[in-house]
Amino acid sequence: MAGLSGHVNFCECLQERRNMAEVQEAQHTHEPVGFVRRYIFSTDHKVIGIQYLLTAMFVAVVAGLLAMLIRLQLAWPDAKWPLLEKIFPVGMEGGVMNPDFYLALVTMHGTLMVFFVISFALVSGIGNYIIPLQIGARDMAFPFLNMLSYWVGLLATLVMFASFFVEGGAAGSGWTAYPPLSAVPEASPGSGMGQTLWLLGMALFIVSFTMGGLNYFATVVNLRTKGMSMMRLPMTIWCLFIAAILGLLAFPPLTAAAILLLFDRHGGTSFFLPAGLFFGDKLLPHAGGTPLLWQHLFWFLGHPEVYILLLPALGIAFDVLPPFIRKPIFGYRMSIYSLGAVGALSMVVWGHHMFVSGMSPYLGEFFSIGTMIITIPSAIIGLNLLASLWGAKIRFTTAMLFALAVISLFGAGGFGGIFLGTATADIFLHDTYFVVGHFHFMIAGVTLFGLFAGIYYWFPKMFGRMMNERWGKLHFWFTLIGYYIVFFGMHFQGFGGMPRRYYSFAKYEYLQGMQGMNVFISICAFFMAAAQFVFLANFFWSLWKGPKAERNPWQATTLEWMAPSPPPHGNWGDVQPVVHRWPYEYSLPGAPADFTPQTVSPAEAKVTW
Amino acid sequence: MELAESMGRGSGTGREAALPLSTAQLGVWALLGTITMLFAGFTSAYLVRRVGGDWWPLPLPGVLWFNTGVLVLSSISLELARAAMKRLRLSALKGWLLLTTTLGLVFLGGQFVAWQELVAQGVYLPTSPHGAFFYILTGLHGLHVLGGVLALLYALNRAWAGHLTPGTANPVNLCATYWHFVGGLWLYLFVLLFT
Repeated sequence: MAGLSGHVNFCECLQERRNMAEVQEAQHTHEPVGFVRRYIFSTDHKVIGIQYLLTAMFVAVVAGLLAMLIRLQLAWPDAKWPLLEKIFPVGMEGGVMNPDFYLALVTMHGTLMVFFVISFALVSGIGNYIIPLQIGARDMAFPFLNMLSYWVGLLATLVMFASFFVEGGAAGSGWTAYPPLSAVPEASPGSGMGQTLWLLGMALFIVSFTMGGLNYFATVVNLRTKGMSMMRLPMTIWCLFIAAILGLLAFPPLTAAAILLLFDRHGGTSFFLPAGLFFGDKLLPHAGGTPLLWQHLFWFLGHPEVYILLLPALGIAFDVLPPFIRKPIFGYRMSIYSLGAVGALSMVVWGHHMFVSGMSPYLGEFFSIGTMIITIPSAIIGLNLLASLWGAKIRFTTAMLFALAVISLFGAGGFGGIFLGTATADIFLHDTYFVVGHFHFMIAGVTLFGLFAGIYYWFPKMFGRMMNERWGKLHFWFTLIGYYIVFFGMHFQGFGGMPRRYYSFAKYEYLQGMQGMNVFISICAFFMAAAQFVFLANFFWSLWKGPKAERNPWQATTLEWMAPSPPPHGNWGDVQPVVHRWPYEYSLPGAPADFTPQTVSPAEAKVTW
Repeated sequence: MELAESMGRGSGTGREAALPLSTAQLGVWALLGTITMLFAGFTSAYLVRRVGGDWWPLPLPGVLWFNTGVLVLSSISLELARAAMKRLRLSALKGWLLLTTTLGLVFLGGQFVAWQELVAQGVYLPTSPHGAFFYILTGLHGLHVLGGVLALLYALNRAWAGHLTPGTANPVNLCATYWHFVGGLWLYLFVLLFT
């Protein structure tokens, strides 16, 4: 770091020069006054982004602890935990976890992590913070809508949390909420009020996320600064843009399904419930519906949702690499076209989640082939990331390490995806721990490591201070090693036929050999979870005590580094930046430094793109 | 465009022409995209459910023909409002906007009458799958119309205060994009539900 800060601050002088040279009418940005308008009900995209990040961080602690409870149960299914009984008097009655509580843990861990941690932090948090800064805008297109989006999102979070404290506990039908378990309130304790609140929380989340998506779309299309053409956008923006479009198209059908499910639950209709269902000794009055309809509508969202979260993480990796390899990324345009192809194909492969639902083999073949096709643009993206490293003198900062882990997990997880996308292999692997391991590499792993890469990378911009690199690296290695042991291990358990969502394997003879592995995985998971507190400590310590960050500590080229750290309200002072080149102009022959920011004019350095 | 320019923002005029849409209009079109997907989701559910063994079609409540006519007229009167705005005739603009809003409310009332007709025949929400879809789809469409009515009231309020200037980001034009869409959506649902 000392070496980096010693450099001449190239872009800062350029910024100064341009400010003097360009005469434009001064922009009066009205900075809000008063604590509440500034930090609570703020319409500033930076404050909203940070609000989302902090909310996600809090939810992550809760959802992470839920995962630890799951691991506790899987490793020592019969043990008594008197201390936990004090915290969960119903779920852990007598110190032993009851099965309904276990199902609620699995459901809420998945739901909270996918929608309220990764979506919040990666798409809404980093997205809100970085989009206007990277495209040279002063704010999002609809700042008020943006504020509304956060507060509706927070309400959704509170509704989800509240479901733990109602009669019967939180929902227990999995994050996929398959009927009839989710449609019949009497089906299990969690199918009652908990499930209703789950649906309500999801509905609010979708409203919030849609408001965000509208904002992202309009902002990227219409608020780019002068010179910032679509083909000069940084990869993070491209990925968030495609993710926003996917979200706008894929979430509404789930809303439709959720509305129909609510009517099945409370209005006596039969959309998802077939005839002849008994619960206890009672025949249910429903007839004619089909649970498969829910699965189709759910996965029509569920699969694109994977890419809504995955793409921004890949975009962050693309943006974090160049400053630490000191050269452009490989295949900028090829990657953009591949991202577009992945986005489009992701809308038509949802059926590969349903191979064992009894669908026609011909339809299964269609979804299998579609899934195989989507691996081609995905592989191009992964290989472009990898090829960017070729011949580079890498600066191994914490952000860079996390970006490298993104590439690694994307490769390893993608390889597992080929097994699951093939209908014949999936029939054996479906609903085993292979699936759990696989999606923790992809929708959980790539996104989590991408998120950390983004936080370590942009922290100086967000808060004007540097994070501690030593603690960052400690956090990285513990997380990476723990992550691979835990979730790679699960792949093997899946090969051994260990089914997911089971409360205990004690009664299954053929799984007894797995118990040692379960204990080992649980212990590694606890270490990995503990490492996250190193991150939290580093984050909050650096917030107040970290060394002051300069404007462009990584000597990067994209626009956000041209603004002060942290950027003021309105981001750019009196004059918005003007863009003259593509975002990855490193090691340009004849240029005054080894990096040429996007704002450097053609007179000062040759323009390649 | 003009909104973006008036706020001192560029639109990325690198090598490509900027979109000839204001940011607000872009937002409205994106919103219409998501609403389309919402009803596409319902449509697929409808088509799947319709082949179930217990499906029997409802008789068409007669008042729906009247409601459809009202909604079509409201779209025409909104276009007349826009024409008046273009010619800067403020009082005509206010009159046509008021008529459009009223017709929107009449449509909502008419849909409620259709529900009452069904209830009078003994068709409740759980009675038949077709009826359930009818209640849910008309209810949801009604909520979208209600949103349009609120937007029209906002535009009317702006017109009354004399704060309207012609342009693509103008609330009357934004209302028109949305209003014609929910009108078209009703025609689609009408055909879907009763053919």
